[in-house]
Amino acid sequence: MNLEGYSLLSILKEIERGSINVEDVNDFYYKKSLQLNDKINAYITLLKPDDKKINGNLKGIALAIKDNISTKGIKTTCASKMLESYVPPYDATAVSKLKEQGGRILGKTNMDEFAMGSSGENSAFGPTRNPLNNDYVTGGSSSGSAAAVAANMAPISLGSDTGGSVRAPASFTGIVGFKPSYGAVSRYGLIAYANSLEVIGILGKYTKDVKFLFKLIAGRDPLDSTSLNVELNEKEQFKPKILVIKSFVELSKDEVKKEFYRSISKIDEEGFDVKFINSFSLTEYLLSAYYTIACAEASTNLSRYDGIRYGPKVESTGNWRDYITKARSFFGPEVKARIMMGTFILSAGYYETYYLRALQLRKLIRQEFEKIIKGYDALYIPTMPVLPWRIGEAIEDPKMAYASDVLTVLPNLTGSPALSLPVGRVREFFVGGQLIGLRGDDIKVLKIAEMMEEILKVKDDGRN
Amino acid sequence: MMEEIKVGLEVHVQLVTLKTKLFCSCSSDYRGKPPNVNICPVCTGLPGSMPTLNKRAVEEALKVVFMLNAQPYATSYFFRKTYFYPDLPKNFQITQYDKAGGYPLAHDGSLKLTNGKVVRIERIHLEEDPGRIYYEGSRATAKYSLIDYNRSGIALIEIVTAPDMSSAEEARDFVERLTTILSDVGINVRDYEGALRVDVNVSYAGGERVEVKNVTGAASVEKAVVYEVFRQKTMHEKGIKVVRETRAWDEKRRITIGSRGKEFEEEYRYMPEPDLPPVIITEALMQKVKDEIGGSQEERYNEIVNDGINEELAKKISSDKQLYSVYEKVKFYEPTLKQLAANVLANEISYLMKRYSVKSLPDDVSGLVEILQNYKSIPDHDTAVDYLKKWIEGEKVKVSLQVTSVNEIHDDVVKAVAENYDKIKNLEYTKKFEFLMGILIRKFGKENKKVLVEELTKVLSETP
Repeated sequence: MNLEGYSLLSILKEIERGSINVEDVNDFYYKKSLQLNDKINAYITLLKPDDKKINGNLKGIALAIKDNISTKGIKTTCASKMLESYVPPYDATAVSKLKEQGGRILGKTNMDEFAMGSSGENSAFGPTRNPLNNDYVTGGSSSGSAAAVAANMAPISLGSDTGGSVRAPASFTGIVGFKPSYGAVSRYGLIAYANSLEVIGILGKYTKDVKFLFKLIAGRDPLDSTSLNVELNEKEQFKPKILVIKSFVELSKDEVKKEFYRSISKIDEEGFDVKFINSFSLTEYLLSAYYTIACAEASTNLSRYDGIRYGPKVESTGNWRDYITKARSFFGPEVKARIMMGTFILSAGYYETYYLRALQLRKLIRQEFEKIIKGYDALYIPTMPVLPWRIGEAIEDPKMAYASDVLTVLPNLTGSPALSLPVGRVREFFVGGQLIGLRGDDIKVLKIAEMMEEILKVKDDGRN
Repeated sequence: MMEEIKVGLEVHVQLVTLKTKLFCSCSSDYRGKPPNVNICPVCTGLPGSMPTLNKRAVEEALKVVFMLNAQPYATSYFFRKTYFYPDLPKNFQITQYDKAGGYPLAHDGSLKLTNGKVVRIERIHLEEDPGRIYYEGSRATAKYSLIDYNRSGIALIEIVTAPDMSSAEEARDFVERLTTILSDVGINVRDYEGALRVDVNVSYAGGERVEVKNVTGAASVEKAVVYEVFRQKTMHEKGIKVVRETRAWDEKRRITIGSRGKEFEEEYRYMPEPDLPPVIITEALMQKVKDEIGGSQEERYNEIVNDGINEELAKKISSDKQLYSVYEKVKFYEPTLKQLAANVLANEISYLMKRYSVKSLPDDVSGLVEILQNYKSIPDHDTAVDYLKKWIEGEKVKVSLQVTSVNEIHDDVVKAVAENYDKIKNLEYTKKFEFLMGILIRKFGKENKKVLVEELTKVLSETP
């Protein structure tokens, strides 16, 4: 059996019809993963699916879960040496919802350590390699979740998105990545990097698959006070009104720009109402507001990893400072850098200068976004301003990786739903376009993406 | 002025009336339990777990706020207070903060000491208790530091006073008065070991403030102040400068001990807790809490005395919230019964509560009203007590009174004497009386004993 190019929905339909059985489906993805993982490094933990009968919407299909989402009895490492042997005693709410609806776990995917990174290279288990060209990065931090779907090593996967971590790798591997509204999916069990920015997201081959899975995991969870119910009913067909911010497109490399503008003319021809504005007034503050808030939250979230409850055994002289230095050295360099930045930001005397101002900026950015999007269904901008780079290339210039986040952090600061889908091709790679809606308009964004997919047919392999 | 003593207290009080912890649903009943039985991912700070606020904790804390005449903030926030310590599983404590844009639960309260002095209360806030470290033997000889997280996450309030006390006696009196006020709202800290812990701040003759941590109970607070004043006075006389520092209280030796290297300003890197929404105190919530507490003992006493009840009864009823609440309810049902209710509550009911270790009186007072309305017709004291006991035990009470006047039973008494004349004519008077009473009681019931005795006496005296 070859399921390459099949959508999750068509697989479920075939199982329903009896033309294939779920064991063979799980076997296909498992074998493909065994065969490719040495090369791609998408999985940190791969599990052989059992063949117990499971009922529910997912009919027993095994999916990939990012390794920062807690899975009961299954190692959840955050791609860190600090958690290399940590086995959670509980399931994240999103995971238990999937299990309740007939889902099983195929494996835990590689990622940037503690979700900190945009390339998928910052992992204690080695970089994830792009299935489109193994010498290139997949984008991060949900690198393994994207690579697994792109390389047919999983039918669909869960990731997490703090500043673009689902959309960036989706864009670099040519698949669909959806970041729901803040709170639309419970974060309970998602190992925190930056609580006020992040949400569990979904990566799939097609928007319809992503929408299907989103509906299974969305909703208010009593264990997450920040969660909420978003509208899950679909409106009838409508003519989408789309707003493009030119300066965001202009930030991108020429090859990205060209493909992106081409996608605009296509949707315009097909009846989308596309309008342009020149710029977003607070663009220059997006990255600084984002990194200030993210690092501050991260520094406190990660303070619990002190070597007492987590991490390899620390050999120490008995001196507390020596002990803590050794224990904290299990973190990789990117994580250490962000903890130090966050610790500095929250220090007496700097809190007001940096942290409080970043919070004020976030408020202003939200207000500005709500103002410009009024009257439109979604914003449309490129996902990544660049194409994938060679593995190792950005490590010499970390600012290059940080700058690549400039187009993805906006929806995390505003709590908006955002989706990246392939909208053009350059050589072996794809160009990702990003739709961003008002918080709560998740289904609307998904619906527009479906319509665009239909029009653009970027990955038309005729089998979905 | 030069020898002025200033004492300010930070009193930590466990909200012992709560059944669960502050941020999870684990049981808060940890005393005498085996270690680490009341724990979950939240109170052990497992990666990915999230706190959710126990709403009852806010209500219980508000009771104390009102009893101390403090003002709640309409919106208050939780903060993370970061410090490394093994009993703190996240390495930050979730607490409330009054700087950095935060507000505590309440501000500007007061407590009147026995000598009439008013101590200002600066703020009251909610926070979580850490776990406990256990050293087998002593800290120096123990092979391991064992940690019990049963206490971790228990709801605490911290009450922070202004430095308004000027002697050890006043500090002791403050804690004693506070303990009484807490028990007025059911928070009986005396019944729970370690439920009230005090950080004592002492400064002598305008010198630096020294904080003595973790003093348990009013008597120890007094001793700690006495020792600290002695220590600082001695230093002062020797011309040694007192440094601002944190010291520990040694209960056994009754001295304070300096902690190492605390010369630097403490750095807690407070930041808002992103997983918890703000605490909103609505008018409706305040009213609900006020209805539940019904004021201080002083207020209750005045209320009863204003009803025209004598001081002795008023004192007895006002000292017990349950008695007072029943008194108020009866008064509401039937105002004319208030004097009788006061008598019965202060005497019979409080006797019964002690005698049978009754913890709580029924919410429904209709049975008691029934007893009081017919109190005069109840033949003797024992019968009345029987009825009251039934009511306390929650049984349905119906005072059966078939007879209201002597006229109704006159014929029956005469008939009983006539029908049994042959049997009784030769009996002694007392035997005769007992025999006839037996017949009459069987017919009319014990509750009519009094009338029957009167009538039978009369009839027999007229009988040859």
